[in-house]
Amino acid sequence: MKQALFEQMNQPFWQEYAELVGLLEKKQTCDFRQFVPAYRRLCQHIAIARHRGYSPHLVEYLNQLNWRGHQLLYKRPSMTWIGLMGFLRFGFPQAVRAHAKVISIASLLMYGPSLVLIALILWQPDWVYSLLDSHEVARFEAMYDPDAERLGEARDAESNVHMFGFYIQNNISVAFRTFATGIAFTLGSLFFLVFNGVYFGAVAGHLSHIGYTEPFWTFVVAHSAFEVTAITFAGAAGIKMGFALLAPGLQTRAQALQRAARDVVPILYGTILMLVIAAFIEAFWSSNHSISAAIKYSVGGGMWLLVLLYFLRVGRWRESI
Amino acid sequence: MLDTAVAIETPEGIDFDLVPSGPVARILAYLADLLIRGVVMIALSFFLGLLGGLGSGLILVCYFFLEWLYPVVFEVTKGATPGKKWLNLKVVHDDGTPVTLSSSLLRNLLRTADFLPFFYATGLISMLCNGQFKRLGDIAAGTLVVQLTPPQALPSQELPAPMLPPVALTQSEQAAVIQFTLRQEVLSKPRQAELVSILEPLMDKLPENAYAGDSGESVDEKRVKQLRQIGAYLLGKTGQGQTEQDSSVRAHVDKRL
Repeated sequence: MKQALFEQMNQPFWQEYAELVGLLEKKQTCDFRQFVPAYRRLCQHIAIARHRGYSPHLVEYLNQLNWRGHQLLYKRPSMTWIGLMGFLRFGFPQAVRAHAKVISIASLLMYGPSLVLIALILWQPDWVYSLLDSHEVARFEAMYDPDAERLGEARDAESNVHMFGFYIQNNISVAFRTFATGIAFTLGSLFFLVFNGVYFGAVAGHLSHIGYTEPFWTFVVAHSAFEVTAITFAGAAGIKMGFALLAPGLQTRAQALQRAARDVVPILYGTILMLVIAAFIEAFWSSNHSISAAIKYSVGGGMWLLVLLYFLRVGRWRESI
Repeated sequence: MLDTAVAIETPEGIDFDLVPSGPVARILAYLADLLIRGVVMIALSFFLGLLGGLGSGLILVCYFFLEWLYPVVFEVTKGATPGKKWLNLKVVHDDGTPVTLSSSLLRNLLRTADFLPFFYATGLISMLCNGQFKRLGDIAAGTLVVQLTPPQALPSQELPAPMLPPVALTQSEQAAVIQFTLRQEVLSKPRQAELVSILEPLMDKLPENAYAGDSGESVDEKRVKQLRQIGAYLLGKTGQGQTEQDSSVRAHVDKRL
């Protein structure tokens, strides 16, 4: 059959198909059951057009119709609200346990330097000034000064909301950066993990040394269960991704990177959720200094226990280890 | 082929070509998005700023969303950010399917790595080294930014009366003649003459009386017209008495389908 005849015969069908696809694209009501048979028929037309060497103009036109249908028909499953429940119940803790090794490495890289720094600064208090400049040290001192008036009462609601925004913006950005820079052969993640560890260790060591122990630790203890854990997760995800580039195994580097990235996505989703929770606690609970230290410590301990239990015990069902 | 088109094979066994978008269009799209984000941010800061502490908290949350999740939200729901849409770009997976939340999140988080050490230097180098213009985020997420052509109607051209080719043509020869016939408008006159002169042995075989044009035309113009007549024949344009033949063929084909 010559091209002109072919066009003439099928033109009405192509127009019908284009209208149907247009409606589906706009998510309007239409007879969607016609779509799949029509799509298949169009595919057949393309095969015929190519086989018979019809003009590139026609093939291009048909291909474009096909592309629009393809976009509608072949969608990969995306996350849903029900999927989110399943993710919290099974997906997230299972993903974390599957990456236990790299997460412990990341944790070591963060907690190790912190503990070392705390010990070092308690032993040689002046060393804090070689790590942080004196303005920063003064700022931290002012923040946790037990004699300051504002520590006596709860912060007002407005500045709580302000700090909530700040924690969301700042902490999640830190976590994302810790993850993303891992693509540089793990270097970025390693750097940010150690850097955060050192920074926290220096501040904690200094404040403990000058006797601001209680205001500092009661502030930190509750939300750090979520925040610090989330940042180690983000770092672990970055390390895994960078390591795939370093040691791709039997795949090409691009393939290994893609697979590693796909593997750590659940951890990233979880990290975002944990940091939002952490920001809530940090803004509305940790900052409330009218609560006694004993309660704050026990709630903080409870948070840590909760996080630990969640990742160790939840979602063991049908887990393949 | 010399172009960068990627052939995607669908499960139906059909190939279609996707054209990965080059760096220039993507940089322009990025700058447009940056401008949009900037304007939205300034407007929000102005209005939320009136709310004091509550407002400044909301500003920071909005800033976070605009910085990290703006591209993700638009890519997942519409396939492209407003800037990309403006330049007719779309983000898809390597296999041509629409991008999912996971892939979009990955490619946009890795912007941080692409940005290093300053203004997307790593991303640009990665794009230039990659055959499909992928930055690191695209490589890791398995995504592709493609250039779309706006939907167009089937081109219809005025063709001269059909004429039988003097010898039987192979399929690739037929394709070449058809392409020449349809693309004649975009070729310059000397180029047309040059192309037709390749076919001189063929054209010489044409019977003299088959051409009914003006006598004032040059040999080249005449030949171009003759070749288009052959092309019209190959495309299946018929002269008179076409309807009866059509309906009989259609009946025959309908039976087969």
